[in-house]
Amino acid sequence: MSSPLWQVRLLVVLTAVLGVNYVIWRWFFSVNWPAWWIAVPLVVAETYSVIDSLLFGMTMWRAKRRPAPPDAPPDATVDVFITTYNEPLDLVQRTALAAAEIRHPHRTWILDDGNRPELAAWAEQHGIGCLHRTADWVDRPRHAKAGNINNALMATDGEFILILDADQVPTPEILDRVLGYFDDPRMALVQTPQYFVNVDDADVLGSQAPLFYGPIQQGKDGWNAAFFCGSNAVVRREALMQLGVSRYADELERSVRTALRTARRIVGRARSGVEESDASLRTLLDSIDYDARRALNALDRGEAVADVTFRFGQRLRDAEREVARSDARLLADDLAAIAALEDGLSTDGVDAVDVEVLAATLERDWSAAGALSSVRRLVDAVDVSRLDEAQPVMPLATISVTEDMATAMRLHGMGWRTAYHHEVLAHGLAPEDMASMLTQRLRWAQGTVQVMFRENPLVQRGLSWPQRLMYFATMWSYLSGFAAIVYIGAPVVYLILGVLPVQALSSDFFIRLVPFLVVNQLLFFVVGRGVRTWRGQQYSLALFPVWIKAFTSAFGNVFRGRALDFAVTPKVVTPTEGRPRWDLIKPQLVAMGLLVAALVIGGVRLGVGQAQLLGTALNVVWVVFDLVILSIIIRAARYRGSSSVEERTPA
Amino acid sequence: MTEIHVAHTERGIGVVTPVGRLTMVVTRQLTEAITDLVDGGTSKVVVDLGETTFLDSSGLGALIAGLKRCRQAGGDLRLARPTEQVTTVLSLTNLDRVLRPRASVEEAF
Repeated sequence: MSSPLWQVRLLVVLTAVLGVNYVIWRWFFSVNWPAWWIAVPLVVAETYSVIDSLLFGMTMWRAKRRPAPPDAPPDATVDVFITTYNEPLDLVQRTALAAAEIRHPHRTWILDDGNRPELAAWAEQHGIGCLHRTADWVDRPRHAKAGNINNALMATDGEFILILDADQVPTPEILDRVLGYFDDPRMALVQTPQYFVNVDDADVLGSQAPLFYGPIQQGKDGWNAAFFCGSNAVVRREALMQLGVSRYADELERSVRTALRTARRIVGRARSGVEESDASLRTLLDSIDYDARRALNALDRGEAVADVTFRFGQRLRDAEREVARSDARLLADDLAAIAALEDGLSTDGVDAVDVEVLAATLERDWSAAGALSSVRRLVDAVDVSRLDEAQPVMPLATISVTEDMATAMRLHGMGWRTAYHHEVLAHGLAPEDMASMLTQRLRWAQGTVQVMFRENPLVQRGLSWPQRLMYFATMWSYLSGFAAIVYIGAPVVYLILGVLPVQALSSDFFIRLVPFLVVNQLLFFVVGRGVRTWRGQQYSLALFPVWIKAFTSAFGNVFRGRALDFAVTPKVVTPTEGRPRWDLIKPQLVAMGLLVAALVIGGVRLGVGQAQLLGTALNVVWVVFDLVILSIIIRAARYRGSSSVEERTPA
Repeated sequence: MTEIHVAHTERGIGVVTPVGRLTMVVTRQLTEAITDLVDGGTSKVVVDLGETTFLDSSGLGALIAGLKRCRQAGGDLRLARPTEQVTTVLSLTNLDRVLRPRASVEEAF
């Protein structure tokens, strides 16, 4: 059975004391400053790891094993959503049939973003609902899965929503087991584990996440920060809708202000291009500027946004009519410009059309009539109706490709609670080949880093400090890619060049480092309660190129508006003629090559008396450890998938 | 049971009056009532909340969707006669920053 909390806490305290002691000693007493180019990266990486273990310790401090919840209220109304885009029909159908068999009264819906007529026909035959995007979504940002669910929320009316990925086959008792948590009126969401049936004991691709769907989620739950993971979760509609409505209200005022300020700039520029003689046009532009300024003042005074934009919109329309009357010839010139503008409005992709971006597109040097039209478009786009979005209210967050984390964080910020229910109630399919696995991990990491950049949890008002740190801990863990490079590079540098990043390999060094490493591993072992955490540890290092790419691509996306190369995780193998995809793991292969070369060169250097025995031995152990960790990626590349999916999956 | 009454004022303004609880169960009815009005050429609509005993966030969502419909048709949607509970919900979600309810249906336009 589980270890008592006092044992865990004792280990947490020991790890923290030893880790902090070590890292302080490293910074102040042992950095080999002359070799700063390797010494500083190493001490930074070590500091990173110690902070990581402190955050892990905090997560474990209040690990919560919830007692069974109260019985499900029999009259609770539930919609079951099965989200799909391009998964094979039989996969979706199997999940849908199982969902229909869930015992608690409910309605089952397939949310088919792929608009497949044959799936709709099949669903109708089986009395299962099938929902597609409404016409409002045409030419507007689709927001992937979050958009799909937001669309379905508007077409259904159950008090609770069970969200399932297309491959997650639910058990009949899933709702009976979790609805009871919602007796707490502030409970917004209950997450259950994601468990995969097509994974054997070796779990070469590291698909099961027993540490996450266990101690880590229970730990976050202890601080009321259990994560929403996108599938196998029940959500309270009221919480989602309240979130959507309040986001709408907050974002609207901000975008309207930006739009009005931009409008003034556009008009001002257009006015400077109008000739003296054209007095009527100048008067007109002046009056628009005056109206925009008045609208901004009205917002400052606290007038309702809808009233302000309504008034401003009417004034604009009057002005446009006047321009059309007085100066029809200019209009033709601007048609092309307006058409270009429409393109800007219909930007598709996972990212919200940012009013700032839109404003930048609009700020071109146009003639007066063009200026008027672009002001009109700009104000329309952020008018109370949010014409730039398919629906004004977006309950599920759309700021990230992993909508789940951002949504839960916002719910927590509004004072809602979440729970983690530690019992497998759905059986899913993990990626069956390394290429899909890499795509999936990249997407998760990108999504997490996007949230960190867009809504950094450390500065979110409404979150308690432990909640902020629980979200931050997950984001922090994705920085491990940079540390991995240092951990691979440092022993290579020593063995090849003889440069030591620490001042001396004294007993001081070992006395401080070894106990920390031992206690840290012991903590993992104790909280892991016998589940295998080694695979996870391997991948956190071995996927270093993925984590780094996630970081750089999310940075480019958030701060420079670049695309993320978003991809849906394939659920089924597409056989690539059985050849391992070595091309996908080049950085790891290069790293392993360097490590092996370092072993050889280090041996030669020792043999010819150019290197010390202790230093060489220590770094050889380090290199071998790195190689053992990285070796998993070779096994992953050669992995051919688990053959017996059909037999293993419960019908 | 919640009922949604629809009427016109002599000035051609549509008046929608939800009687009872305006929750997720009746949001579609409300949306349809507003859409029917707009499609029939009435784009200025007042939602009279004087008979609404309870309003949830889905109800708010439907009001926002209605606002969008009306604005797209060149009109507007306004709220009138909020009960205390309605006022509370509006301020809880900050929606009162966007929509300011009027004291009576007559004052709305």
